[in-house]
Amino acid sequence: MSEIREELRYSEEHEWASPPAAQGRVVRIGITDHAQSQLGDIVFVELPSVGAAVYAGESIGAIESVKTVSELYSPVTGKVVRVNDGLLDHPERVNESPYEEGWIAEVELDAEADEALGGLLTAQQYGELTK
Amino acid sequence: MNANREKALIFEMSKPGRVAYSLPDCDVPEAAPASVIPERLLRAKPAALPEVYEVDVIRHYTELSRRNFGVDNGFYPLGSCTMKYNPKLNEDAARLPGFAKIHPYQPETSLQGAMELLYTLQRDLAALTGMDQVTLQPAAGAHGEWTGLMLIRAYHERRGERRTKVIVPDSSHGTNPSSATVAGFETITIPSDAQGLVDLEALRAAVGDDTAALMLTNPNTLGRFEAQIDEIAGIVHAAGGLLYYDGANSNAIMGIARPGDMGFDVVHLNLHKTMSTPHGGGGPGAGPVGVKSRLIPFLPKPIVERRGDGTYYWDEDRPLSIGRVKPYYGNFGILVRAYAYIRSYGPAGLRRVSECAVLNANYMMHRLAPYYEVAYPGVCKHEFVLSGKRLRAFGVRTLDVAKRLLDFGYHPPTIYFPLNVEECIMIEPTETESKETLDGFIDVMIQIAREAEDDPNLLLQAPHTTIVKRLDEATAARRPVLYCNCE
Repeated sequence: MSEIREELRYSEEHEWASPPAAQGRVVRIGITDHAQSQLGDIVFVELPSVGAAVYAGESIGAIESVKTVSELYSPVTGKVVRVNDGLLDHPERVNESPYEEGWIAEVELDAEADEALGGLLTAQQYGELTK
Repeated sequence: MNANREKALIFEMSKPGRVAYSLPDCDVPEAAPASVIPERLLRAKPAALPEVYEVDVIRHYTELSRRNFGVDNGFYPLGSCTMKYNPKLNEDAARLPGFAKIHPYQPETSLQGAMELLYTLQRDLAALTGMDQVTLQPAAGAHGEWTGLMLIRAYHERRGERRTKVIVPDSSHGTNPSSATVAGFETITIPSDAQGLVDLEALRAAVGDDTAALMLTNPNTLGRFEAQIDEIAGIVHAAGGLLYYDGANSNAIMGIARPGDMGFDVVHLNLHKTMSTPHGGGGPGAGPVGVKSRLIPFLPKPIVERRGDGTYYWDEDRPLSIGRVKPYYGNFGILVRAYAYIRSYGPAGLRRVSECAVLNANYMMHRLAPYYEVAYPGVCKHEFVLSGKRLRAFGVRTLDVAKRLLDFGYHPPTIYFPLNVEECIMIEPTETESKETLDGFIDVMIQIAREAEDDPNLLLQAPHTTIVKRLDEATAARRPVLYCNCE
């Protein structure tokens, strides 16, 4: 069974977003454990640029595995403030640790966090989707 | 034996002073390189060419050639690729001096036989696909797709319409969105319905006054026939778009159904699939494109035409043409092979080819269904898609099944494509295989399904009998070593 974390929010495209610290607007995003297991060994991650505007549901990069190349979609709308550069040399971190070491980017939300994350799936709903 | 060890590179066999050639004495005055070639173009040190004896060169390359696998070695059920046997009669025809020893710069009058062949092939392919005219220039399938899309673009532009979007189903060949992008279009992907067919509602929602074309293959990549093709064509045409037929799956419908009758406006065929010309490293390919009359003015030039007196000429007077898409007239030697194939089978024979291709696929699907889940059950056409997801319970994936097949001397089927089927295995037997060959492969697939339950490690560590064992694909992609350190 793939791991689903209670505190995160999920998109139907198998990305996660972590709610920001109190009062904050910066969320961390990545792909789910289910997604990395479906993709197989990941060999390259094309990251978005810092400063880029991203929109929920739109492509911000790509993930290449030994099997396939998949689009990477942003679960939220905002501006990229940081990316996980370490993935360029160590794409395997997305496989090994999709929720920690394998995070993809940090996005400063355009809207309030409650509003931006409200449309995403809860852990329970995402669990239903991937059952 | 030599054949079972890792092979040294020819560079690693090099010993100073060994040569594999003997040149005659030079019978012209020798000139120093620096006296005839500009200094900046001269090497500072000699090229590091391998120094080996002739016998070692011959043994080295002969041994490598024995490691090739092709349809002449064994069964090659690579779904979507139609790896059929290449009849040797085709090779005889292509080697006739009147075809093999001509040059494209010869005058037309001395090329009449070759031009008649091209003209007749254009007509045959038009008849087979239900199109009005054909260009033989494109060198391969994706080249044909790009050519067809450029024709579609020229057509819309000539009408003063700006149409920027090409629609593809999610089961489409990866080349479809790629070709559309290279031709300057934006691609829209629409989902398949529960039967693996085009979702008509999604199509209706996707079309609009910016739709340039829908690219479709029928039967589709799942081996299913798009029975609602009339309605699909109606939706796209009503929006002002055109229908593009990817001919990769033509082996299922020859002499039975024609894209032109289904409403398609542009078709490409892969002669290296459907018409039995060499494929998969043995090419080159050929991807002729057929069009309905309203697109004829835009076809690449020249087209071979026939005069009233029965002689043939290159029609270069085509002002709306998108231009040449390949030097000369396509891969001529391949066109000769395809012509030989079409003419040796004839219309009834080609229909029989498709009937047997479909029969073989259904037979295999039926026998394998108890062991591997059929992705979209029902009668298939020339190929079918299985899912290996049942085996995941034993820690085994489709990749491991494919690797295990190598131990039995089979080329594995296509895996992990189409993308909309989990742990996908896509099998296309073609019409050219005997029942014994099909049964042999099926029995091995059944044995492998049992091994997955009883001894999964056998699969996880496969292949066991090949010269090169399981490759570490992830490390090869993450940290590739791209040079040989032969110093």
